[in-house]
Amino acid sequence: MPEPQKLIIEAGRTERHYWADLWRYRELFYFLAWRDILVRYKQTAIGVVWAMLRPLLTMVVFTVIFGKLGKFPSEGIAPYAIMVFAAMLPWQFFANALSEASNSLVGNANLISKVYFPRLIIPSSAVITSFVDFLISGVILIGLMLWYQFAPGWRILTLPLFIAIAFAAAMGIGLWLTALNVKYRDFRYIVPFIVQFGLYISPVGFSSSVVPEKWRLFYSLNPMVGVIDGFRWAILGGDVRIFWPGFLISNGLVLLFLVTGIWYFRKTEKTFADVI
Amino acid sequence: MSDVVIKVENLSKKYILSHQRQEKYTALRDVMANGVKNIGKKLLSPFKSHPSSINAHPSTEDFYALKDVSFEIKQGDRVGIIGRNGAGKSTLLKILSRITEPTSGKIEITGRVASLLEVGTGFHPELTGRENIFLNGAILGMGKAEIKRKFDEIVAFAEVEKFLDTPVKRYSSGMYVRLAFAVAAHLEPDILIVDEVLAVGDTQFQKKCLGKMEEVGKEGRTILFVSHNMDAIRSHCDIGLLIDRGGVKSVGEVGAVLEKYLDLSIVNSNSTTWIRNQEDDKVSILQEVTLLDENSIECSSFKNSDDITLEFSYRQPSYDVKYRLVFTILDAYERLILTSSNYDLISDVQPGNNKFIAKISSPLLAMGKYYVNVRIDVPNLKKIEVINKCVSFDIYENAYHQMGILGVNEDLGCVHVQVNWKVNTITSEV
Repeated sequence: MPEPQKLIIEAGRTERHYWADLWRYRELFYFLAWRDILVRYKQTAIGVVWAMLRPLLTMVVFTVIFGKLGKFPSEGIAPYAIMVFAAMLPWQFFANALSEASNSLVGNANLISKVYFPRLIIPSSAVITSFVDFLISGVILIGLMLWYQFAPGWRILTLPLFIAIAFAAAMGIGLWLTALNVKYRDFRYIVPFIVQFGLYISPVGFSSSVVPEKWRLFYSLNPMVGVIDGFRWAILGGDVRIFWPGFLISNGLVLLFLVTGIWYFRKTEKTFADVI
Repeated sequence: MSDVVIKVENLSKKYILSHQRQEKYTALRDVMANGVKNIGKKLLSPFKSHPSSINAHPSTEDFYALKDVSFEIKQGDRVGIIGRNGAGKSTLLKILSRITEPTSGKIEITGRVASLLEVGTGFHPELTGRENIFLNGAILGMGKAEIKRKFDEIVAFAEVEKFLDTPVKRYSSGMYVRLAFAVAAHLEPDILIVDEVLAVGDTQFQKKCLGKMEEVGKEGRTILFVSHNMDAIRSHCDIGLLIDRGGVKSVGEVGAVLEKYLDLSIVNSNSTTWIRNQEDDKVSILQEVTLLDENSIECSSFKNSDDITLEFSYRQPSYDVKYRLVFTILDAYERLILTSSNYDLISDVQPGNNKFIAKISSPLLAMGKYYVNVRIDVPNLKKIEVINKCVSFDIYENAYHQMGILGVNEDLGCVHVQVNWKVNTITSEV
């Protein structure tokens, strides 16, 4: 039998075992995400089909409204539907992940007050749940490309990198919001607003190239700009260019949010059970 | 093995309570006007704290749920944690389970801890029994492979084979609790912490749970068990820990600690007389109850060899049906010891005040504390009055010994009488 570890509990002590604990409880990431996905489709008639239907319908609506009616130009030679979808994919992932993650701690209050496990698992599994939806929508994108007989270039191989950045963006901001939401329940009302507003200032319905030069840097302060531009660059190939300064600012912000998010979460984690 | 597995040093947990000063409003108009003023203030500067008229001068108070708690628990100990409601037991368990952080102090724990602070933590009503077993097991710290391995045992313990694939929201409360406990019972921690979860469930379930905890104890694991069930604590724990108002009042052998707990619960010391409070506007029957010794002097401490006399005064209204007086004696654990009544003399009862005297011959009661309950009724018809614990007394000495060396505070029962022993010769051939 391995030597049982000695644990010391003290006020204000940083948990050296925390990261080891995260590894020990790693299966919980899977189980909490599995629970949320299962519950979503319990007692529904068409079940998992909803997972496909929602992104599909949103894409159709966007194509009709922005493409056909608004006549926003497409980027490069790719069909408008694919351009929209290439941006909608990461945006939907980010929006869902953010909404779920910011409410995850309060929604799991019963667990927080009765069982111990590293609390970082809770918002992480919320992001993982949205990631599963993202993968399902990815299948639709493949379907779209087959439909339009559009073959992506070599750049699509860089897609996993941008997926990782999107994940980090959702995690970083999600951690901040969920930790703040425990103490200040105002954030329950702020988050839907951020998500709605974000949809209009992110290059989902339009392409980043329509933003005038003088606003480009300011506009890049939106962390999702880097991610969505990256997605478009990877999927659409061809003449799609990345505006590098803006791209770096955007991704730099993502990293900043992630690191500070983890820091703030860990700092307030010990008080969750008392405040929730 | 007797190494210390849990060492608690000067543990304290402080909460801050805020109190609002209430002001009475006489008009709805004032309430509304103040409400609007407050909203206006908040809109103009949202982050500045605005004490409204209602919240004017809020005061805060420090509340110590636990203060300077220190104790040690060794490997294999079965510890019963007892105390009144609000004493701080659950807070202590929460800190030991790392759910909340102490305000000051230090704890050293060696070994894997599993806590059962609530039955069915993490159960989702939409998921089936099967799915919830996996979910709950994972939340409590078991790996997927471990759960799969123990799955059949868990289902057999819970007796829910038939309902495994129905959503848990359809389960009866008994099934729910059985399933939840079944998962938790199959954890294999070094230290198991259980908090009053046996308060729910029927007797069969409670027996099963206690039985399982016995097994766990036999395997040499350490158990911390919080309960209000004295019998369960006495029979399943060897160490007691008494918590009262945030501090450790007593720790040690479980019998001794239980005695201290009962002492805490006793509000008044022995009372030899009970007299009816004359301001009651009910028409009262029982007037007075008094304890006397053999010399008719009021007394509340007796030896096992003393006769105990009870004097009752009650008022018989002038009806045809005569009231009967019944008294019962209970011990400190509220076990019923004896019952007696004046039924044989009921024909002597007269309208007006009646005084009856009951003498209990010695030797009878063993050392300990006792209460007297009195009831006035009409035999087989209805109860008129019931006064519980009107007087109390204790027996401080046993007449006979015949026991030899005993554990301190071992329960010897409530009766102590002379038993005749004789040797019946046994042949020495093997």
